[in-house]
Amino acid sequence: MAIPAKVVKIQDGKAQVDFGEGVLREVDISLVEVKVGEYVLVHAGYAIQALSQEEAEETLRLWRELLEAESSHGTK
Amino acid sequence: MSENLRFRDPTVAKRVVEKIRETAPRKDTIKICHVCGTHEWTITHYGLRSLLPPTVEVIAGPGCPVCVTPASEVDEAVALALKGIAVTCFGDVLRVPGSERSLLDVKAEGADVRVVYSAMDAVRMAEREPNKEFAFFAIGFETTAPSTALEVLRKPPKNLSFLVSHRLIPPAMELLLGVGDLHIDGFIAPGHVSTIIGLKAYEVFPKAYHMPTVVAGFEPLDVLFAIYMILKQVKEGTARLENEYVRAVSWEGNIKAQEIMYKAFDIIDSQWRGLGRLPSSAFKLKEEFAIYDAREKHGIRITKGRDLPPGCQCHLVMIGKIKPTECPLFMKACTPQKPVGACMVSIEGTCRIWAKSSMM
Repeated sequence: MAIPAKVVKIQDGKAQVDFGEGVLREVDISLVEVKVGEYVLVHAGYAIQALSQEEAEETLRLWRELLEAESSHGTK
Repeated sequence: MSENLRFRDPTVAKRVVEKIRETAPRKDTIKICHVCGTHEWTITHYGLRSLLPPTVEVIAGPGCPVCVTPASEVDEAVALALKGIAVTCFGDVLRVPGSERSLLDVKAEGADVRVVYSAMDAVRMAEREPNKEFAFFAIGFETTAPSTALEVLRKPPKNLSFLVSHRLIPPAMELLLGVGDLHIDGFIAPGHVSTIIGLKAYEVFPKAYHMPTVVAGFEPLDVLFAIYMILKQVKEGTARLENEYVRAVSWEGNIKAQEIMYKAFDIIDSQWRGLGRLPSSAFKLKEEFAIYDAREKHGIRITKGRDLPPGCQCHLVMIGKIKPTECPLFMKACTPQKPVGACMVSIEGTCRIWAKSSMM
Protein backbone atom coordinates (compact mmCIF):
# COMPACT_ATOMS: atom_id res chain seq x y z
CA MET A 1 0.00 0.00 0.00
CA ALA A 2 1.19 3.51 -0.75
CA ILE A 3 -0.43 6.75 0.34
CA PRO A 4 -0.09 10.24 -1.19
CA ALA A 5 1.29 12.98 1.05
CA LYS A 6 2.25 16.63 0.69
CA VAL A 7 5.89 17.59 1.27
CA VAL A 8 6.02 20.35 3.89
CA LYS A 9 9.73 20.54 4.74
CA ILE A 10 12.95 18.96 3.41
CA GLN A 11 16.19 18.35 5.30
CA ASP A 12 19.10 15.91 4.64
CA GLY A 13 17.28 13.50 2.32
CA LYS A 14 14.31 13.33 4.68
CA ALA A 15 11.03 15.19 4.41
CA GLN A 16 8.26 16.13 6.77
CA VAL A 17 5.06 15.19 4.98
CA ASP A 18 1.35 15.63 5.63
CA PHE A 19 -0.96 12.72 4.81
CA GLY A 20 -3.92 15.08 5.05
CA GLU A 21 -4.43 14.57 8.76
CA GLY A 22 -2.48 17.66 9.77
CA VAL A 23 0.17 15.63 11.62
CA LEU A 24 3.66 15.79 10.10
CA ARG A 25 5.54 12.54 9.57
CA GLU A 26 9.11 11.92 8.49
CA VAL A 27 9.74 10.03 5.26
CA ASP A 28 12.90 9.26 3.32
CA ILE A 29 12.93 10.97 -0.08
CA SER A 30 16.21 9.59 -1.46
CA LEU A 31 14.40 7.59 -4.17
CA VAL A 32 12.69 10.63 -5.74
CA GLU A 33 13.29 14.21 -6.89
CA VAL A 34 10.78 16.39 -5.07
CA LYS A 35 10.29 19.96 -3.87
CA VAL A 36 8.37 21.48 -0.96
CA GLY A 37 4.68 21.82 -1.83
CA GLU A 38 4.66 18.81 -4.17
CA TYR A 39 3.03 15.47 -3.50
CA VAL A 40 4.73 12.08 -3.11
CA LEU A 41 3.48 8.51 -2.93
CA VAL A 42 4.74 7.04 0.37
CA HIS A 43 5.27 3.32 0.97
CA ALA A 44 6.63 1.99 4.30
CA GLY A 45 8.42 5.22 5.19
CA TYR A 46 9.92 5.98 1.76
CA ALA A 47 8.62 8.21 -1.01
CA ILE A 48 8.54 5.95 -4.08
CA GLN A 49 7.24 8.45 -6.62
CA ALA A 50 6.66 12.19 -7.00
CA LEU A 51 3.13 13.14 -8.07
CA SER A 52 2.69 16.34 -10.00
CA GLN A 53 -0.43 18.42 -10.53
CA GLU A 54 0.00 18.13 -14.33
CA GLU A 55 0.01 14.33 -14.15
CA ALA A 56 -3.15 14.37 -12.02
CA GLU A 57 -4.78 16.47 -14.76
CA GLU A 58 -3.47 13.94 -17.27
CA THR A 59 -5.51 11.16 -15.61
CA LEU A 60 -8.69 13.23 -15.75
CA ARG A 61 -7.98 14.03 -19.40
CA LEU A 62 -7.47 10.33 -20.19
CA TRP A 63 -10.80 9.45 -18.50
CA ARG A 64 -12.64 12.16 -20.49
CA GLU A 65 -11.03 10.94 -23.68
CA LEU A 66 -12.06 7.33 -23.01
CA LEU A 67 -15.66 8.28 -22.31
CA GLU A 68 -15.91 10.63 -25.29
CA ALA A 69 -14.13 8.42 -27.83
CA GLU A 70 -16.64 5.65 -27.34
CA SER A 71 -19.72 7.89 -27.50
CA SER A 72 -18.56 9.50 -30.77
CA HIS A 73 -18.22 6.03 -32.30
CA GLY A 74 -21.60 5.05 -30.95
CA THR A 75 -22.39 1.53 -29.90
CA LYS A 76 -23.60 -1.18 -32.15
CA MET B 1 -14.58 20.41 -7.22
CA SER B 2 -11.72 19.51 -4.88
CA GLU B 3 -8.97 17.13 -6.03
CA ASN B 4 -10.35 14.14 -4.12
CA LEU B 5 -13.88 14.62 -5.38
CA ARG B 6 -12.75 14.87 -9.00
CA PHE B 7 -11.18 11.44 -8.66
CA ARG B 8 -14.40 10.08 -7.15
CA ASP B 9 -16.96 11.82 -9.35
CA PRO B 10 -20.13 9.63 -9.25
CA THR B 11 -21.34 10.83 -12.67
CA VAL B 12 -18.07 9.64 -14.21
CA ALA B 13 -18.46 6.32 -12.39
CA LYS B 14 -21.96 5.92 -13.79
CA ARG B 15 -20.76 6.65 -17.30
CA VAL B 16 -17.82 4.25 -17.20
CA VAL B 17 -20.04 1.47 -15.82
CA GLU B 18 -22.42 2.09 -18.74
CA LYS B 19 -19.46 1.82 -21.13
CA ILE B 20 -18.38 -1.43 -19.46
CA ARG B 21 -21.88 -2.86 -19.93
CA GLU B 22 -21.98 -1.77 -23.58
CA THR B 23 -18.53 -3.22 -24.32
CA ALA B 24 -18.81 -6.50 -22.39
CA PRO B 25 -19.59 -9.58 -24.47
CA ARG B 26 -23.15 -10.90 -24.35
CA LYS B 27 -22.27 -14.59 -24.02
CA ASP B 28 -18.62 -15.42 -23.35
CA THR B 29 -17.16 -14.59 -19.97
CA ILE B 30 -14.14 -12.30 -19.83
CA LYS B 31 -11.79 -13.03 -16.95
CA ILE B 32 -9.64 -10.12 -15.80
CA CYS B 33 -6.90 -10.77 -13.27
CA HIS B 34 -5.26 -8.21 -11.01
CA VAL B 35 -2.17 -8.94 -8.92
CA CYS B 36 -2.34 -6.47 -6.06
CA GLY B 37 -3.78 -6.61 -2.56
CA THR B 38 -4.68 -2.93 -2.73
CA HIS B 39 -6.64 -3.45 -5.97
CA GLU B 40 -8.55 -6.28 -4.26
CA TRP B 41 -9.29 -3.95 -1.36
CA THR B 42 -10.62 -1.23 -3.67
CA ILE B 43 -12.74 -3.74 -5.64
CA THR B 44 -14.19 -5.41 -2.54
CA HIS B 45 -14.53 -2.33 -0.33
CA TYR B 46 -16.40 -0.32 -2.99
CA GLY B 47 -18.40 -3.33 -4.22
CA LEU B 48 -17.15 -2.89 -7.78
CA ARG B 49 -17.90 -6.52 -8.73
CA SER B 50 -21.61 -5.84 -8.19
CA LEU B 51 -21.48 -3.10 -10.85
CA LEU B 52 -20.12 -5.42 -13.53
CA PRO B 53 -22.24 -7.40 -16.00
CA PRO B 54 -22.35 -11.18 -15.41
CA THR B 55 -19.95 -11.80 -18.31
CA VAL B 56 -17.12 -9.84 -16.67
CA GLU B 57 -15.26 -11.57 -13.88
CA VAL B 58 -12.42 -9.97 -11.92
CA ILE B 59 -10.12 -12.37 -10.05
CA ALA B 60 -7.26 -11.75 -7.62
CA GLY B 61 -3.80 -13.13 -8.43
CA PRO B 62 -0.78 -13.45 -6.10
CA GLY B 63 -0.60 -9.77 -5.15
CA CYS B 64 -0.03 -10.04 -1.42
CA PRO B 65 3.68 -10.09 -0.57
CA VAL B 66 3.20 -11.53 2.89
CA CYS B 67 1.00 -14.34 1.52
CA VAL B 68 3.50 -15.50 -1.11
CA THR B 69 6.44 -15.67 1.33
CA PRO B 70 7.02 -19.41 1.72
CA ALA B 71 6.87 -21.11 5.12
CA SER B 72 10.58 -22.00 4.79
CA GLU B 73 11.53 -18.30 4.92
CA VAL B 74 9.26 -17.65 7.91
CA ASP B 75 11.01 -20.67 9.47
CA GLU B 76 14.35 -18.94 8.84
CA ALA B 77 13.11 -15.83 10.67
CA VAL B 78 11.83 -18.02 13.51
CA ALA B 79 15.22 -19.81 13.66
CA LEU B 80 17.03 -16.46 13.90
CA ALA B 81 14.72 -15.38 16.73
CA LEU B 82 15.28 -18.68 18.56
CA LYS B 83 19.05 -18.09 18.27
CA GLY B 84 18.62 -14.97 20.38
CA ILE B 85 18.76 -12.50 17.51
CA ALA B 86 16.24 -9.66 17.67
CA VAL B 87 14.07 -10.03 14.55
CA THR B 88 12.42 -6.87 13.22
CA CYS B 89 9.55 -7.07 10.72
CA PHE B 90 6.48 -5.28 9.37
CA GLY B 91 3.30 -5.67 11.43
CA ASP B 92 1.42 -8.09 9.22
CA VAL B 93 4.41 -10.45 9.00
CA LEU B 94 4.11 -11.33 12.71
CA ARG B 95 1.27 -13.81 12.42
CA VAL B 96 2.19 -15.40 9.08
CA PRO B 97 2.43 -19.14 9.65
CA GLY B 98 5.75 -20.91 9.27
CA SER B 99 5.86 -24.70 9.02
CA GLU B 100 5.08 -25.03 12.71
CA ARG B 101 5.20 -21.58 14.27
CA SER B 102 4.87 -17.91 13.43
CA LEU B 103 7.08 -15.09 14.68
CA LEU B 104 4.25 -14.14 17.05
CA ASP B 105 4.30 -17.67 18.53
CA VAL B 106 8.01 -17.46 19.35
CA LYS B 107 7.60 -13.90 20.61
CA ALA B 108 4.99 -15.23 23.05
CA GLU B 109 7.59 -17.78 24.15
CA GLY B 110 10.01 -14.98 24.95
CA ALA B 111 11.94 -14.45 21.71
CA ASP B 112 12.83 -10.86 20.81
CA VAL B 113 10.60 -10.00 17.83
CA ARG B 114 9.78 -6.34 17.16
CA VAL B 115 7.50 -4.59 14.70
CA VAL B 116 8.90 -1.71 12.66
CA TYR B 117 7.22 0.66 10.21
CA SER B 118 10.15 0.85 7.78
CA ALA B 119 13.63 -0.45 6.98
CA MET B 120 14.87 2.90 8.31
CA ASP B 121 13.32 2.09 11.73
CA ALA B 122 15.11 -1.28 11.71
CA VAL B 123 18.43 0.51 11.16
CA ARG B 124 17.77 3.05 13.90
CA MET B 125 16.83 0.32 16.35
CA ALA B 126 20.12 -1.49 15.68
CA GLU B 127 22.04 1.77 16.08
CA ARG B 128 20.43 2.42 19.46
CA GLU B 129 21.41 -1.03 20.80
CA PRO B 130 24.92 -1.67 19.38
CA ASN B 131 25.54 -4.66 21.65
CA LYS B 132 22.52 -6.57 20.41
CA GLU B 133 22.37 -8.54 17.14
CA PHE B 134 19.42 -7.63 14.86
CA ALA B 135 17.95 -9.14 11.67
CA PHE B 136 15.37 -7.32 9.54
CA PHE B 137 12.93 -9.67 7.77
CA ALA B 138 12.63 -7.83 4.44
CA ILE B 139 9.36 -8.85 2.76
CA GLY B 140 7.67 -7.12 -0.17
CA PHE B 141 7.54 -6.73 -3.94
CA GLU B 142 9.42 -4.17 -6.05
CA THR B 143 7.62 -1.40 -4.14
CA THR B 144 9.46 -2.26 -0.92
CA ALA B 145 12.74 -3.72 -2.22
CA PRO B 146 14.34 -0.32 -3.04
CA SER B 147 14.09 0.77 0.61
CA THR B 148 15.91 -2.38 1.79
CA ALA B 149 18.54 -1.86 -0.94
CA LEU B 150 18.98 1.79 0.03
CA GLU B 151 19.65 0.91 3.68
CA VAL B 152 22.14 -1.84 2.74
CA LEU B 153 24.05 0.54 0.44
CA ARG B 154 24.19 3.10 3.27
CA LYS B 155 26.32 0.61 5.25
CA PRO B 156 24.15 0.08 8.33
CA PRO B 157 25.66 -0.88 11.71
CA LYS B 158 27.47 -4.24 11.79
CA ASN B 159 25.01 -5.68 14.33
CA LEU B 160 22.23 -5.60 11.70
CA SER B 161 21.67 -8.12 8.91
CA PHE B 162 18.82 -8.60 6.44
CA LEU B 163 16.74 -11.71 5.82
CA VAL B 164 15.84 -10.75 2.26
CA SER B 165 12.58 -12.27 0.99
CA HIS B 166 11.65 -9.75 -1.69
CA ARG B 167 9.69 -11.14 -4.65
CA LEU B 168 9.13 -9.85 -8.19
CA ILE B 169 5.67 -9.45 -9.73
CA PRO B 170 6.14 -10.11 -13.50
CA PRO B 171 7.27 -13.76 -12.99
CA ALA B 172 4.12 -14.41 -10.92
CA MET B 173 1.99 -13.02 -13.76
CA GLU B 174 3.76 -15.36 -16.17
CA LEU B 175 3.01 -18.27 -13.86
CA LEU B 176 -0.72 -17.49 -14.03
CA LEU B 177 -0.64 -17.71 -17.82
CA GLY B 178 0.78 -21.21 -17.53
CA VAL B 179 -2.08 -22.44 -15.32
CA GLY B 180 -3.99 -24.52 -17.87
CA ASP B 181 -7.60 -24.04 -16.86
CA LEU B 182 -7.43 -20.46 -15.56
CA HIS B 183 -8.00 -18.79 -18.98
CA ILE B 184 -7.21 -15.16 -18.21
CA ASP B 185 -8.28 -12.59 -20.84
CA GLY B 186 -6.50 -9.53 -19.46
CA PHE B 187 -4.28 -8.20 -16.68
CA ILE B 188 -4.70 -5.20 -14.42
CA ALA B 189 -1.07 -4.58 -13.46
CA PRO B 190 -0.30 -3.22 -9.99
CA GLY B 191 0.09 0.55 -9.80
CA HIS B 192 2.51 0.83 -6.89
CA VAL B 193 4.92 -1.84 -8.12
CA SER B 194 4.75 -0.14 -11.53
CA THR B 195 5.84 3.24 -10.18
CA ILE B 196 9.18 1.49 -9.58
CA ILE B 197 9.51 -0.98 -12.49
CA GLY B 198 7.66 1.11 -15.09
CA LEU B 199 5.30 0.13 -17.87
CA LYS B 200 8.15 -1.49 -19.83
CA ALA B 201 8.31 -4.43 -17.40
CA TYR B 202 4.98 -5.73 -18.76
CA GLU B 203 5.82 -5.47 -22.46
CA VAL B 204 6.14 -9.25 -22.65
CA PHE B 205 2.44 -9.84 -21.87
CA PRO B 206 0.84 -8.29 -24.97
CA LYS B 207 3.82 -9.18 -27.16
CA ALA B 208 4.51 -12.81 -26.28
CA TYR B 209 1.17 -13.85 -24.75
CA HIS B 210 -1.29 -11.60 -26.64
CA MET B 211 -2.60 -10.48 -23.26
CA PRO B 212 -4.24 -7.05 -22.87
CA THR B 213 -2.44 -5.40 -19.93
CA VAL B 214 -3.41 -2.15 -18.22
CA VAL B 215 -1.52 -0.56 -15.33
CA ALA B 216 -4.08 0.95 -12.94
CA GLY B 217 -4.27 3.22 -9.91
CA PHE B 218 -6.24 2.57 -6.75
CA GLU B 219 -9.29 4.83 -6.81
CA PRO B 220 -12.49 2.93 -7.66
CA LEU B 221 -12.62 4.94 -10.92
CA ASP B 222 -9.05 3.87 -11.80
CA VAL B 223 -10.06 0.21 -11.53
CA LEU B 224 -13.31 0.69 -13.46
CA PHE B 225 -11.48 2.51 -16.27
CA ALA B 226 -8.85 -0.25 -16.39
CA ILE B 227 -11.61 -2.87 -16.74
CA TYR B 228 -13.16 -0.82 -19.53
CA MET B 229 -9.78 -0.43 -21.30
CA ILE B 230 -9.25 -4.21 -21.22
CA LEU B 231 -12.79 -4.93 -22.47
CA LYS B 232 -12.23 -2.53 -25.36
CA GLN B 233 -9.05 -4.34 -26.35
CA VAL B 234 -10.78 -7.73 -26.14
CA LYS B 235 -13.62 -6.45 -28.30
CA GLU B 236 -11.15 -5.08 -30.86
CA GLY B 237 -9.24 -8.38 -30.78
CA THR B 238 -5.99 -6.59 -29.92
CA ALA B 239 -3.51 -6.88 -27.06
CA ARG B 240 -1.79 -3.69 -25.97
CA LEU B 241 0.04 -2.41 -22.95
CA GLU B 242 -1.83 0.66 -21.67
CA ASN B 243 -1.33 3.02 -18.77
CA GLU B 244 -4.37 4.14 -16.81
CA TYR B 245 -2.23 5.35 -13.87
CA VAL B 246 -0.53 8.15 -15.82
CA ARG B 247 -0.34 10.36 -12.74
CA ALA B 248 2.23 8.05 -11.10
CA VAL B 249 3.62 5.55 -13.61
CA SER B 250 5.97 6.20 -16.54
CA TRP B 251 7.34 3.91 -19.23
CA GLU B 252 10.78 3.69 -17.55
CA GLY B 253 9.55 3.72 -13.94
CA ASN B 254 11.66 5.09 -11.09
CA ILE B 255 15.16 4.71 -12.57
CA LYS B 256 16.89 5.89 -9.41
CA ALA B 257 15.12 3.19 -7.38
CA GLN B 258 15.90 0.55 -10.02
CA GLU B 259 19.61 1.45 -9.98
CA ILE B 260 19.70 1.18 -6.20
CA MET B 261 17.92 -2.22 -6.31
CA TYR B 262 20.27 -3.65 -8.90
CA LYS B 263 23.35 -2.35 -7.05
CA ALA B 264 22.33 -4.31 -3.95
CA PHE B 265 20.56 -7.39 -5.32
CA ASP B 266 20.97 -10.27 -7.76
CA ILE B 267 17.87 -11.94 -9.19
CA ILE B 268 17.42 -15.62 -8.28
CA ASP B 269 14.85 -18.43 -8.66
CA SER B 270 12.64 -18.77 -5.61
CA GLN B 271 9.87 -20.63 -3.87
CA TRP B 272 6.44 -18.96 -3.55
CA ARG B 273 4.01 -20.17 -0.90
CA GLY B 274 1.90 -22.95 -2.38
CA LEU B 275 2.85 -21.99 -5.95
CA GLY B 276 6.19 -23.76 -6.30
CA ARG B 277 9.51 -22.52 -7.61
CA LEU B 278 9.43 -19.61 -10.07
CA PRO B 279 12.44 -18.74 -12.22
CA SER B 280 14.10 -15.32 -11.69
CA SER B 281 11.46 -14.26 -9.18
CA ALA B 282 13.29 -12.99 -6.08
CA PHE B 283 16.10 -10.76 -4.89
CA LYS B 284 19.21 -11.89 -3.05
CA LEU B 285 21.90 -9.61 -1.62
CA LYS B 286 24.98 -9.51 -3.85
CA GLU B 287 28.12 -11.31 -2.71
CA GLU B 288 29.83 -8.04 -1.72
CA PHE B 289 27.10 -7.42 0.89
CA ALA B 290 27.37 -10.93 2.42
CA ILE B 291 28.13 -9.43 5.86
CA TYR B 292 24.60 -8.00 5.80
CA ASP B 293 23.00 -11.24 4.59
CA ALA B 294 21.35 -12.87 7.63
CA ARG B 295 21.50 -16.32 6.01
CA GLU B 296 25.27 -16.08 5.43
CA LYS B 297 26.09 -14.30 8.66
CA HIS B 298 24.16 -16.65 10.94
CA GLY B 299 24.44 -19.85 8.89
CA ILE B 300 20.73 -20.28 8.45
CA ARG B 301 19.29 -21.83 5.32
CA ILE B 302 15.96 -23.63 5.31
CA THR B 303 14.76 -24.73 1.88
CA LYS B 304 11.78 -26.93 2.69
CA GLY B 305 8.72 -26.01 4.68
CA ARG B 306 5.04 -26.80 5.07
CA ASP B 307 3.32 -24.02 3.12
CA LEU B 308 -0.28 -25.09 3.65
CA PRO B 309 -1.83 -26.22 6.93
CA PRO B 310 -4.32 -29.10 6.47
CA GLY B 311 -7.43 -28.00 4.57
CA CYS B 312 -6.02 -24.55 3.68
CA GLN B 313 -6.74 -23.54 0.07
CA CYS B 314 -4.50 -20.44 0.02
CA HIS B 315 -2.61 -21.71 -3.02
CA LEU B 316 -5.85 -21.76 -5.06
CA VAL B 317 -7.11 -18.42 -3.68
CA MET B 318 -3.76 -16.81 -4.52
CA ILE B 319 -3.99 -17.66 -8.21
CA GLY B 320 -7.68 -16.72 -8.42
CA LYS B 321 -8.67 -20.32 -9.07
CA ILE B 322 -11.23 -20.25 -6.26
CA LYS B 323 -12.91 -17.47 -4.29
CA PRO B 324 -12.23 -17.30 -0.54
CA THR B 325 -15.86 -18.35 0.06
CA GLU B 326 -15.13 -21.62 -1.77
CA CYS B 327 -12.50 -22.64 0.80
CA PRO B 328 -14.04 -24.99 3.40
CA LEU B 329 -12.16 -23.19 6.20
CA PHE B 330 -13.24 -19.62 5.29
CA MET B 331 -14.96 -17.94 8.25
CA LYS B 332 -15.30 -21.33 9.95
CA ALA B 333 -11.90 -22.58 11.15
CA CYS B 334 -10.12 -19.60 9.53
CA THR B 335 -11.08 -16.04 10.58
CA PRO B 336 -9.21 -12.72 10.88
CA GLN B 337 -9.05 -13.30 14.66
CA LYS B 338 -7.71 -16.85 14.28
CA PRO B 339 -6.23 -17.13 10.78
CA VAL B 340 -5.14 -20.53 9.49
CA GLY B 341 -3.67 -19.56 6.13
CA ALA B 342 -1.46 -16.66 5.07
CA CYS B 343 -4.25 -15.13 2.93
CA MET B 344 -6.28 -14.51 6.11
CA VAL B 345 -3.34 -12.97 7.99
CA SER B 346 -2.17 -10.10 5.87
CA ILE B 347 -4.18 -6.92 5.33
CA GLU B 348 -3.44 -7.46 1.63
CA GLY B 349 -4.59 -11.11 1.65
CA THR B 350 -7.70 -11.85 -0.41
CA CYS B 351 -9.36 -13.91 2.35
CA ARG B 352 -8.84 -11.21 4.97
CA ILE B 353 -10.17 -8.48 2.66
CA TRP B 354 -13.28 -10.56 1.90
CA ALA B 355 -13.75 -11.45 5.58
CA LYS B 356 -13.42 -7.84 6.76
CA SER B 357 -15.73 -6.62 4.05
CA SER B 358 -18.46 -9.15 4.85
CA MET B 359 -18.31 -8.09 8.49
CA MET B 360 -18.96 -4.42 7.74
